[in-house]
Amino acid sequence: MCESTRTESGVKGCAFGSTGARETALRSRGPLGERFDRAFQYWALLPALLVLLALTVFPLLELVGMSFSTVSFGQGQVIWTWSGLDNLRTLLRDHVFFAAIGNTIVFVVVTVVVETVLGFTLALLASEVGRAAGLARQLLMIPILVPGIAIGTIWSLMYNYETGIFNVVLRFLHLPAQSWTANPHLALPSIMVVDIWHWTSFVFLLMLAGFESLPAEPIEAARVDGASGWQVLRYVVLPLLRPTILVAVLFRTIFAFKVFDEVFLLTGGGPGTASEVISFYIYQVFFPQSRMGYAAFLSVVTILTTVVFVAVYLRAARRREARA
Amino acid sequence: MRIFGRRSPALALPVLALGVLVTLIPFVLTFLTSIKYQIDILTGAWVFRPTLDNYTHLFFSLQSNFIVNTVNSLVVASVATALVVVVAALAGYSLERFRWPRHTAAIVAGWVLIFHMVPGVTIVGPYYLLFRALGLYDTRLALILSYLVLNLPMAVWIVQSFVGDLPTELEEAAHIDGASNVRTFVQIVAPLIAPGLAAVAILSFVFSWNEFLFALNLTATNAVTIPVGIAKYAQQYVIRYGDMSAAAFFATIPAIIVVVLAQRQIVRGLTLGALK
Repeated sequence: MCESTRTESGVKGCAFGSTGARETALRSRGPLGERFDRAFQYWALLPALLVLLALTVFPLLELVGMSFSTVSFGQGQVIWTWSGLDNLRTLLRDHVFFAAIGNTIVFVVVTVVVETVLGFTLALLASEVGRAAGLARQLLMIPILVPGIAIGTIWSLMYNYETGIFNVVLRFLHLPAQSWTANPHLALPSIMVVDIWHWTSFVFLLMLAGFESLPAEPIEAARVDGASGWQVLRYVVLPLLRPTILVAVLFRTIFAFKVFDEVFLLTGGGPGTASEVISFYIYQVFFPQSRMGYAAFLSVVTILTTVVFVAVYLRAARRREARA
Repeated sequence: MRIFGRRSPALALPVLALGVLVTLIPFVLTFLTSIKYQIDILTGAWVFRPTLDNYTHLFFSLQSNFIVNTVNSLVVASVATALVVVVAALAGYSLERFRWPRHTAAIVAGWVLIFHMVPGVTIVGPYYLLFRALGLYDTRLALILSYLVLNLPMAVWIVQSFVGDLPTELEEAAHIDGASNVRTFVQIVAPLIAPGLAAVAILSFVFSWNEFLFALNLTATNAVTIPVGIAKYAQQYVIRYGDMSAAAFFATIPAIIVVVLAQRQIVRGLTLGALK
């Protein structure tokens, strides 16, 4: 629609400029104002570009530099010492980092799968009940907007050995109480439960938006042809919702991969390395341990992994889309 | 759109209600704990005399900096939000409506996406060194700048999506009537994308209010915000369950206000990208 009215003024479509009326209106404000206004598109983007350059490009370059160095504090100064690939050698012998990778993968796979299935089911149910869906959406939005640290606190109170609701229920049923966050077998699953509770709502919200924008015709046509509810779901609705599901999985994977607040508050990565995850480990290496060069190296590895994962995922998703 | 015909709500409603209940119970429990005396918490009493002691203790006891933390959180979240709205509105409009050299928009979008995906913990280390070098460590300004960057990707996407929905005819008409680019943006476009800007503002405020990782590592005493205050409190006074519940419940208040008053505005912002 825009393309058809493209002018030579350099502005995309939309016929901005080069009309006589505009020229006169601007001229009355003097040549400086006119030049300022013509460059609007550039200075409008400038603040965002400056901020992004200063606070994303620069830190990432610094990170790359640090990852080949040993960085420490001496007399209030930051001292960089070139150390080549020392950090890589440290990484290859770092069993904590490998434990963190393993835990993170388990954490991401389990939480994303459960959240997607639960979120999808709840959204399906909500789309069936009609008007009550609005209320469900409103209430289920709360966890998404609550600080991770408040959620960690709420759950640490619920996991509490003496007074927490879980052990109160277990004792009521005459079952042995558990130390949810201090038991090596329960620490990581306990955090997963918190994450699932926290983020299923997000998948629900995405999916409900997906259900609400489904076209009515193919579903009605399938039903007229005698398809059962399950058949409609499997052969009509699921294919239509595939893009939404793919986006939800991508978003949740990226954010589950970043998990930090809940680990910080509930287990501190322990006991041992039972609930150590990548984000928390990098934090520990950089800040409490002050091994900044090595933390930078781990960060670079993590960033590259993230970027490669997303690129591969998007390409695979697009290819399946093309085939479908 | 019902997939399972007419009788399904009878089955769907109870299961959905259960899901909502499971989501809400932790908040209810926390609120109840926050208005109990310690003795009622320890004995697990369900019938108890409510009290506001935990809240007064949280805010006014000598060990707590909660008032300072709250002021910091409010200032940081408000200023960051104001900056995010202005910067994102300009950038989103410029990227969406003007002709840029080939690939410029794609490169900016790709870069923003990468930065949005990468775990924050990888960036906070360089920020720490940068802000230390600039003398901004433990200042609100350091957090404001951080939250400006962290919220910018989402904000620019929301603005672009709302600008993309506007018919171009209005802007064309303004130009034919002699309005400058600036005037068109301020008087025509900005009011029309106001719902989008509201979504940006609400989400930026909530996310800045909630943010923990950067606040933890870029502050020490002066600029500490509520989440960091809660975490420190939780680690120091592990068994003050009442205070901790009060703190956790207090921190969720903005979320509850937003859900009650502005739910409609933010759905689109939160689900952006899910729909074409």
